[in-house]
Amino acid sequence: MNNVTYLFLRRMRVPLVLVIILYMISVFGMAIMPGVDAEGNATPGMGLFNAFYVISYTATTIGFGELPVPYSTAQRMWMTVSIYLTVTGWSYAVVTVVGLLQEPAFQNALRTGRYTRRIRNLREPFYIVCGVGETGTLVCRGLDRLGLRFVVIDSDPSRIEQIKLEGWHADPPTVTADASQPTNLTGAGLLSPYCRGVMALAVDDATNRAIAVTARLLRPSLPVMARVGEANTDLNMGAFGGDMVTNPFERFSTYLALAVARPERYRMGQILTGFPGDELPEPHHPPRGHWIMCGYGRFGHGVREALTKAGNEVTVIDKMHFGEPGVDIEGTGTDSGSLMKAGIEHSVGIVAGNASDLKNLAIALVARDLKPDIFIVTRQNQVSNAILFEAFRDDLCMQPSRIVAREFLALITTPLLARFRYEIRGASEKWSAELTEALAHLNGGFVPELWGVTIDAEHANAVVDAIKEEQWVNIGHLLVDPYDHDQPANALVLMVARGDGGEILPSTGYQLEVGDQLLLASSPDARRRLELAMNNPSVLHYVRTGREGGGGWIWHQMRAVKRLWIKSRIRHTIDH
Amino acid sequence: MNSEKVVFGFFITLAATLNFGFWLGEMDRPDLHNVWELAAAIVVSLIATVLKFGDRTQLGAVHLATSLVADVQLIAGAIIWSWEAQTAGGITPSGIALVVSMSGGALLANLISVVLMISEIITARR
Repeated sequence: MNNVTYLFLRRMRVPLVLVIILYMISVFGMAIMPGVDAEGNATPGMGLFNAFYVISYTATTIGFGELPVPYSTAQRMWMTVSIYLTVTGWSYAVVTVVGLLQEPAFQNALRTGRYTRRIRNLREPFYIVCGVGETGTLVCRGLDRLGLRFVVIDSDPSRIEQIKLEGWHADPPTVTADASQPTNLTGAGLLSPYCRGVMALAVDDATNRAIAVTARLLRPSLPVMARVGEANTDLNMGAFGGDMVTNPFERFSTYLALAVARPERYRMGQILTGFPGDELPEPHHPPRGHWIMCGYGRFGHGVREALTKAGNEVTVIDKMHFGEPGVDIEGTGTDSGSLMKAGIEHSVGIVAGNASDLKNLAIALVARDLKPDIFIVTRQNQVSNAILFEAFRDDLCMQPSRIVAREFLALITTPLLARFRYEIRGASEKWSAELTEALAHLNGGFVPELWGVTIDAEHANAVVDAIKEEQWVNIGHLLVDPYDHDQPANALVLMVARGDGGEILPSTGYQLEVGDQLLLASSPDARRRLELAMNNPSVLHYVRTGREGGGGWIWHQMRAVKRLWIKSRIRHTIDH
Repeated sequence: MNSEKVVFGFFITLAATLNFGFWLGEMDRPDLHNVWELAAAIVVSLIATVLKFGDRTQLGAVHLATSLVADVQLIAGAIIWSWEAQTAGGITPSGIALVVSMSGGALLANLISVVLMISEIITARR
């Protein structure tokens, strides 16, 4: 029995006891009330059973009338009393039930029971998204677009309401609870075998840390991604063994520096973590030279450091932090005076990096007024302001929430991607440009799908069988369109991971082994075809040899005999 | 003093005593077994059952189970009595024997309830 039943039964005790007592009084009284027969002679009472029958139909307001014979006056008097007694009893019970249904505690118990049941019945892979602010909502939309299920947990009921109002393909179970409490996380399905990952995107770092620790301890092998704003939390989290932690401020400034200093690598990274089916990001070519940085908070520190490292000269404008080392000019940047003082005439670029969108837009407008050809980078904080930023047409607009959302999505749905990015961390601009070019062609001008596959009996049945029969399968075989052998598939193998080693961008001759993990980029269509080739022996035979293979047992046997015959003939020829 | 325990103890004991009163006497003599006593036993037993609704403790669950058994036995006895009473010959010795044996079974369940209650009191003292 669950909480709801207990709560209900407990509250129904008094009304039910009352109803029983009122019934008892009515039935006993009715049983002994003297009756009257057709001639007007007094008769003894109608007895217990008949009384119970009469009271039953009276109390439930069915009212069959005077049974078994017309009543005496005494019986009618008692009947009147009984009607009022029993109806009062029932009404009280009903009112109690209604009151119980409206009680917040009871409704809470009902809700808990409902979502627990829904999550228990979720029989397909799902993710837990803790915290649905701006970033969390973006992550949910991304998961929904990828056709993945997720459970939402947030302590703020209004946010949960907002999530419920969105048009999802499959309605996500929602939990209104504090995710930092382990019981709430397990209630949201953390221990379910179908749970594929946890994303901690709550407002404060402490909650996210608690979520990461809970998930790490209860499900050690589950991927956990946590967003943390504090600079030194990264190290703390590291103690829990390989958690993937994203510091939005640091990540954002790294990206910005990358965008300015290494535009090709930045673009490649954007494609790798982009939502499949989105338009490809446009290439940017930010200039080098003197830059102006407006706003010197946590984000500003990172940007300044990154820009300086990339060989640029940076002048920082800030009002609140003026006087701290690193701030050159006091001002907001929204007036021409401070921008002039910072030397905007000879600057090549400006970064508007305040936490307020309107302030950033004001800075950008003033800067464009003063120097029309200046490269403008704006930080967009709220998704709802996107329309303003689009109208402004800046050179580069970065949204922290979008960056974190994409990163979380890409890494948690494709855990191999984290390893791939680590392996290519020092990639050159030329290499990045080439890979970007290759990726851009895969999905007809849109961001390709990134997916991982393990060569095992479950995911690549045919490949495993072929390898066991010593018919080698190469990377090149997989990159052939299984519908037409002469066409290449719209796919690219980015990495093969074999144990701790592996190969980045393996050549077509690279032989696969059982247990290999492949990271691929492809169009959604090519993914379906590839999965077909890896699981259907006939299709795999076709992509390997270019010949249609018969599926039946007889044809297999006949082909084996033919092979033997050819072999013996070759041996015969050699012998002679 | 816990008023919940007093109320429950009162009803569970009353159910046992009323039932005992009905059960007492030679089995096959209808005049020794008053139907009013049976009806009162049913009512009190039902109340005792409802009082244990929503009790999550182990002992509470066993109490609920035993008093449900008593209810079933007593109501079965009442149905048999009603059936016997409306037949032409009135209540037969074999009929009343059946009703009394039903109430005997219910009495056993009542006694278990009482024993459980006493054992609970003893453990609480310790």
